[in-house]
Amino acid sequence: MQLFSDTSFFLCLATILVPAFLLGIREKSLVHYGMAASLFFIAVSMGRDLLSLGYMIAFCLYQLVLTKAYLWIRTKKGRRYGWYYLFLIGTIAPLTLYKVFAEVGNPHHILAFAGISYMTFKTAQIVIETYDGLIRELRTSEFLYLLLFFPTLISGPIDRSRRFEEDLHRIIPKKEYLELAGEGVFKIFQGLVYKKVLATCCYTLMNYFGTGQSPRALLIYMYMYGLYLFFDFAGYSRMAVGVAYFLGIRTPENFNAPFLSKDIKEFWNRWHISLSHWFRDYVFSRITMRLVKSRRFHSKLVIAGIAFIINMGLMGCWHGLSWQYILYGVYHGVLLTGCEVFQKQSKVYKRYKNDRWFQFVEWFLTFHLVLFGFLIFSGRLGGAVASLL
Amino acid sequence: MEERILTILEDICRDPVVREDPDIDLMEEGLMDSLDYVNFLIDIEDEFGIIIAPTEVTREEVATPAKIIQVVLSRLDEMEE
Repeated sequence: MQLFSDTSFFLCLATILVPAFLLGIREKSLVHYGMAASLFFIAVSMGRDLLSLGYMIAFCLYQLVLTKAYLWIRTKKGRRYGWYYLFLIGTIAPLTLYKVFAEVGNPHHILAFAGISYMTFKTAQIVIETYDGLIRELRTSEFLYLLLFFPTLISGPIDRSRRFEEDLHRIIPKKEYLELAGEGVFKIFQGLVYKKVLATCCYTLMNYFGTGQSPRALLIYMYMYGLYLFFDFAGYSRMAVGVAYFLGIRTPENFNAPFLSKDIKEFWNRWHISLSHWFRDYVFSRITMRLVKSRRFHSKLVIAGIAFIINMGLMGCWHGLSWQYILYGVYHGVLLTGCEVFQKQSKVYKRYKNDRWFQFVEWFLTFHLVLFGFLIFSGRLGGAVASLL
Repeated sequence: MEERILTILEDICRDPVVREDPDIDLMEEGLMDSLDYVNFLIDIEDEFGIIIAPTEVTREEVATPAKIIQVVLSRLDEMEE
C-alpha cells in the first residue's frame, strides 16, 4: 500500500478516522490513537519491505540517541560551537550519505526508506533549537511520534517539534474539534481533487502535447509541468494537513496560491512553505548572522546575496545531487538576490510599486521565471539545449 | 529604552512610519522581510546584549513595533533578574 495514493489507503484512512473523530468529539486525547494509527500505516505500507523498515527503525533510534545526547551535553557544557556542529553533522549525515548513494544508483538500497528527508529536517531542527536553548527536554515517545506521524511521514509538511508538542498536550474543546474536523474533511477532498483530477489532467496534457523537440512542445511542457507539480504536491499536502486535523494536530500549510506571487521572495513564502521557512530559519538566518558578525562584508545586499545563493543551493542539493537540481537551487538564489537588489535600490520599483500595471508586469515575470525554474528542475531543459547544440 | 528600540527599527525598515504607527504590521506592509528580521536580531544583540534565536519568537509575536518593544523589554527584565 502506498500512502496517500492507493485506493486501499483511502479506504483504510476513512475507517481509521471514524474512531479518531469519536474520540475527538468526546474531548479525549488523540495521542495514543494517533501513534497506533501511525504504526499501523507504517506496517502496512512497509511491512513487505523489511530492509527499508529496518533502516527506518535504525535511523529513528540513531537520531533519538543523538538528539538526547546533545541535549545532555548542551545542558552540561552550555553553548559550544564544537559540540553543536559535531551533532548537527551527525544528524544530517545519513541523509547526505543517502543522497550520495542515490547518485550512484544505490544498488544495495542503503538507507532507502520513504521519509528520510522529512525526518532529518525535524531532527536537525531539534538539535539547532537545543543549541539555541529553546529545547530543554525531549520525551522519547513524543520525539518518535513527531518523526513517524503518518499524515506527514513521507512528504511533509515539515512540522516543528515545539509546535507539535503543544498540540499533543492540548485537549481540544468539542466545538473547536468539530470545526477542525470539518475543515479537515474539506481539505482532504480538495486535496483529492487537486491530486487525482487536476494533477492527472495536467500530466496527461503534458505527455500528449508536450513531447518532441519543437519550441511549442517545450513551452506546453513548461506550463503543464509547473501546474502538474503544483496540483500534485499541493494536493498531497492539503490531504496530509486535513488528516492531521482529525488527529488533533494543526500541521502547518504548505502552499498558499504560489502562482499569484508578485515577486520571487513572495513565491517562496507561498510555495512549499514548510520547507522554505525551514531553510529560512535554520540556514539563511544563520548564514546571514555569521556573515554580519564576521564583519568581512559591509554591504547588506552582498551578505543577502551570498546567503540566498548558499541557502537555495543547499535546497537544490537536497532535491538531489544531479546538475539540474543544483542549478535549480542556484537559479533561485540568483533570482532572490536580484529581487532584493531591485527592490532596495531601484527608483523604478519605488516609484511604480503601487501601480496596477506594474504589479501585473511583476506577476507575469515572476510566474514565468518560476516556470522556467521548474523546466530546469525537470531535466528537460538539458535535453533541449543538447539537441540544439 | 523604547527610543533605542525604535531607532533600530526605523533604521532597519527605512521608514519613519514605525514610530508613528505602533500597531502597523511590519511583514504585511513589506517593511520587514526575513533579511531585515535577521539584521534586527543582530542589532538587538549588539545594542542590548540580548540573544534572540531566529525561531525563539513567532513572527506573530513580533508583527508590530509595539509587540517588538514588548518582547525586547520583557527579555531585558529577565536578564536583570
